[in-house]
Amino acid sequence: MLRDRLLSPYRHGSSAVHRLPAGAKLLAAVGCVFLIVLLPRSAWWTYAAIAVGLIAVSLAARADLRGMLIRLLLLEPFVLGIALLALLKPGGVPLFLSMLTKSTLCLATMILLTATTRFSDLLAVLWRIRVPALLVTTLALMHRYLFVLVEEMERMQRARRSRTFVAGRTSAWRNSAQVAGQLFVRTSERAERVYLAMCARGWKA
Amino acid sequence: MHVPDGFLDARTLAATAGLAAVGLGLALREVRRNLPPRRVPLIGLAAAFVFAAQMLNFPVAAGTSGHLIGAALAAVLLGPAAAIVAMTAVLLLQALMFADGGITALGANVLNLAVIAPLVAHGVYRGVRSIAGEGQQATLLATGFAAWCSTMAAALSCAAQLAASGVVAWGTALAAMGSVHMLIGLGEAVITMLIVAVVMRARPELITPAVPTMPRTHRRAVAYGAALAISLMVLVAPFASSLPDGLEHVAERFGFASLAAASQPAPLPDYTLVPLAGASPWLATVLAGALGALVAFAVAWFVARVLAAPVHPTARR
Repeated sequence: MLRDRLLSPYRHGSSAVHRLPAGAKLLAAVGCVFLIVLLPRSAWWTYAAIAVGLIAVSLAARADLRGMLIRLLLLEPFVLGIALLALLKPGGVPLFLSMLTKSTLCLATMILLTATTRFSDLLAVLWRIRVPALLVTTLALMHRYLFVLVEEMERMQRARRSRTFVAGRTSAWRNSAQVAGQLFVRTSERAERVYLAMCARGWKA
Repeated sequence: MHVPDGFLDARTLAATAGLAAVGLGLALREVRRNLPPRRVPLIGLAAAFVFAAQMLNFPVAAGTSGHLIGAALAAVLLGPAAAIVAMTAVLLLQALMFADGGITALGANVLNLAVIAPLVAHGVYRGVRSIAGEGQQATLLATGFAAWCSTMAAALSCAAQLAASGVVAWGTALAAMGSVHMLIGLGEAVITMLIVAVVMRARPELITPAVPTMPRTHRRAVAYGAALAISLMVLVAPFASSLPDGLEHVAERFGFASLAAASQPAPLPDYTLVPLAGASPWLATVLAGALGALVAFAVAWFVARVLAAPVHPTARR
């Protein structure tokens, strides 16, 4: 399923890349992104070397290349949209090309990281490098309930679709808003239950 | 509106990261001090909710569809500090898990969408409510206008960052992002109002508690304050947009510009391609902005009126 593939970028594997500690991978990926961003605009050979390196690592990880490519293509329109603005500038063509290359390489780097590293492992790294506890708790809860809420939302939409025959634009907006509104009500009720469960297990704010 | 990696220059990255860190830090402190522990898990779940709600499609025309941004919705449903934390979590997860939005540009994205947008939304929401008063219609009107203003604020700040990095000329960036997001903001306003109307009908206590209604004299003070703020904006906005050109001028005079332009083959003057640089670009910008705000307010007022009708035919729950 495309949707499942999109919602969970991590593909389990047993390669050396998968087994590296998450902290090292995060550091390497962020370092690589910073390097790409700070490189001069016409460092074409360095860009090519980085691209070759990324492909080599993906092959070594036996990553799901097709999934990664789909992900890259899905994110590319946003990059193109901003890069196109540079074409409006006089002499913007080299600027356009270098920004497009930079952004694509950065995207590929991050996609490779997420394809070979569990988000929960990244969270553990954030916790260890002393990102404020409240923010990490929020991220952890968000990650835990993301799929629960998305599925709940899809159940509500399915129920709605099976009962609604005419779908004009106005009713589509109303229906989507109805789903979102109800989802928030259910979310806040769920949050109450989660709070009680957390307290029962000894959680303190 | 997520800025990917590779577009902003080092100076802009550092400045936006610093501002975002300060905004997030203050919000975290405020949440830790003043939010009851009972509400803390709701921030995480609300972040997941915003993410899920962003996946809902709102068909626009000819097969295209828009989706929610959610900053104003979060501000109305959670209050400003919790909204900043929740929206930051959304952006962090999108960047770290889906490569959506850059890592180096994280500061800029957090500043635009998780700090500026909820803060502007909250300010406008409080402001409109304190003048328009209690009641469903007033709440919805405030929500809609807040959503529009927050979208515009985030878009303009994003445009300013792109322009400051030299990706786009200032005039092009502000005109392009501003005009597109005037429309996107209208969509955001209507979606946010529709959702808040549903929540308000089902669980009215979930909406951010009403501000105590102000006495009439205070109301007048707020109205004057708003008028002053708007006129300041009108006066300062063109100044802000002409300032960087001023900097460019200085750079040119002192010879920095030849260094900066060396990599570009055809250094035409910037302003030949700026669409708003007609006879009086200031007036054009100001008029466009004021007209957009007026239209947004009218749309929000109209939708609020429709939604706040006592018995709604399609609302069954």
